[in-house]
Amino acid sequence: MKDGPSTLAPDDPAIRVRGLARSFGATQAVAGIDLDVPRGMIFAILGPNGAGKTTLLRMLATLLEPDAGEATVMGHDLRRAPHAVRGAIAMTGQFASLDEDLTGRENLIMLSRLWGFGRRAARERAADLLAAFDLADAANRQVQDYSGGMRRRLDIAASLIVTPGVLFLDEPTTGLDPSARQKVWRLIRRLAASGVTILLTTQYLEEADQLAARIAVIDHGRKIAEGTSRELKAATGSGFLHVTLADAAELERAAGMLAARLGAGVQRGAEGAVLSVMAGSPEAANAALSELIAAGIGLADFSMGTPTLDEVFFALTGGSDAPAEEAAQ
Amino acid sequence: MTDIASLKRMERPAPPSGLSNALVFGWRAVLKFRHVPEQLFDLVMTPIMFTLLFTFVFGGALAGSPDDYLQFFLPGILVQTVVFNAVYSGMGLSTDFQKGLFDRFRTLPVWSLAPFAGLMVGDILRHLIAGMIILAIGLMLGYRPEAGILGVAGAFVLLLGIGFGVGWIFLVLGLLVRTPTTVMTLGFTFLFPVTFASNIMVDPATMPDWLRAFVEVNPVSLMTTAMRGLMAGTVTAAEIGRALIAPVALTVLLAPLTLILYRRK
Repeated sequence: MKDGPSTLAPDDPAIRVRGLARSFGATQAVAGIDLDVPRGMIFAILGPNGAGKTTLLRMLATLLEPDAGEATVMGHDLRRAPHAVRGAIAMTGQFASLDEDLTGRENLIMLSRLWGFGRRAARERAADLLAAFDLADAANRQVQDYSGGMRRRLDIAASLIVTPGVLFLDEPTTGLDPSARQKVWRLIRRLAASGVTILLTTQYLEEADQLAARIAVIDHGRKIAEGTSRELKAATGSGFLHVTLADAAELERAAGMLAARLGAGVQRGAEGAVLSVMAGSPEAANAALSELIAAGIGLADFSMGTPTLDEVFFALTGGSDAPAEEAAQ
Repeated sequence: MTDIASLKRMERPAPPSGLSNALVFGWRAVLKFRHVPEQLFDLVMTPIMFTLLFTFVFGGALAGSPDDYLQFFLPGILVQTVVFNAVYSGMGLSTDFQKGLFDRFRTLPVWSLAPFAGLMVGDILRHLIAGMIILAIGLMLGYRPEAGILGVAGAFVLLLGIGFGVGWIFLVLGLLVRTPTTVMTLGFTFLFPVTFASNIMVDPATMPDWLRAFVEVNPVSLMTTAMRGLMAGTVTAAEIGRALIAPVALTVLLAPLTLILYRRK
């Protein structure tokens, strides 16, 4: 229970993970991951459902014991001083961890009191947080009547009662509408600007792209790439060509032609007659499309775009192990 | 507009005591009464219905007159109320887990048993409130505890002990079972036979031998006998001792199990 002094030097990372692993029965959810998250950074863990993102986060938040490996969070050892880690972190889970029967204000007062604030201090902190998170009007309503965006904001507010060294956010915008998502993004940026280190998980490439200074891509419990969003995209290729065929029966023939022309793996979309392939340049894409049309293959639609998460995976795993049905969600 | 730039940095205050944590969880239980008064309705509706039905429909046939039957029945229905009540606290725990609320509690640097202590505080309140309501209705219908205030107070202390002991069964269930409704279904499937095959409603003298043998050792019967004795002023130390066997045994066995399950979850 002894918290002990943090041994964090100014240049030490906020989070240092070495070989962290955890299995559930025969399934290896996290299979030995290394991470270094510098202080004050927004760091994203990108991966499909079931990649091990949540398991990794739950281990770092002391909710789950690792089977192997070690980690320090703000200088505190995860295994030896979990209580000290808890004093330095906050976690906002995938599902709002709030008491739905209580009001927003009561939730915040309750959690403040659990941290050890006195009655008056707890009430003041709750009021400040409600105002800062644009929830003052809803403060006295039961949380079960909150919208998804309001819940998420209250949940994040609940993580800031004591300013954490590290804030873990597990899929902070999953299930939110675009405007609520923008709001949460803005909030995360502000928090990072105030010096809080943020480790978030996401299955949206765009989210990682928008927020994170660094991204680790994980799949099947392993880290398969890490870098800035620019580095990852460069590794994936600059332009992806997406083609929707008018007739699904032509799928095989078209795939063969694209592969021959562009010399890269062609992915079949999860539904419909959709093919995706790395084209490299608009000119190359144009040539390939012309060839399809010349061969009498009707196109319903085509586009050049940034790679989807599917395609990042495809590129990063060399196409051998693309978790198509998982990433399609 | 969201403006978290204005939010002050807040340092961690001095760590609170475990007791203070537990009281906060107790406060939460009180707030729930305020926001969800219906839950009280759930708690007392069944016992009120039982009291009225058994007293007026079966009472005359079973004991000669409704008044005499109420005198017999009321201490027992208090036991049933508290035992059924415990199911709801298991459901509450299961709901908290399902909603991820416990994840929040567990990432706070608080005493890890505090949430359970808080649940217990809430349970005790629930048992007290429900027990008082049933007693009040009994008094209105003509029930008279011969042992007076002291006897009733003693009976309520025993009642809380029973609730505390039986509560562990449902905390364990709440930790093991994934959905709150399953906790309820399992709970009542187990509790209905156990409370009916007891001496709460009828004297077991007319039951077949095999059933009577069970009824006589059924912990619910032992609890009911002691409750009757306390409220009538005829209780013996042995009766109280027998009534406490199950609550004590359950606490000794299931409290550590609750902790293990919680830590592993």
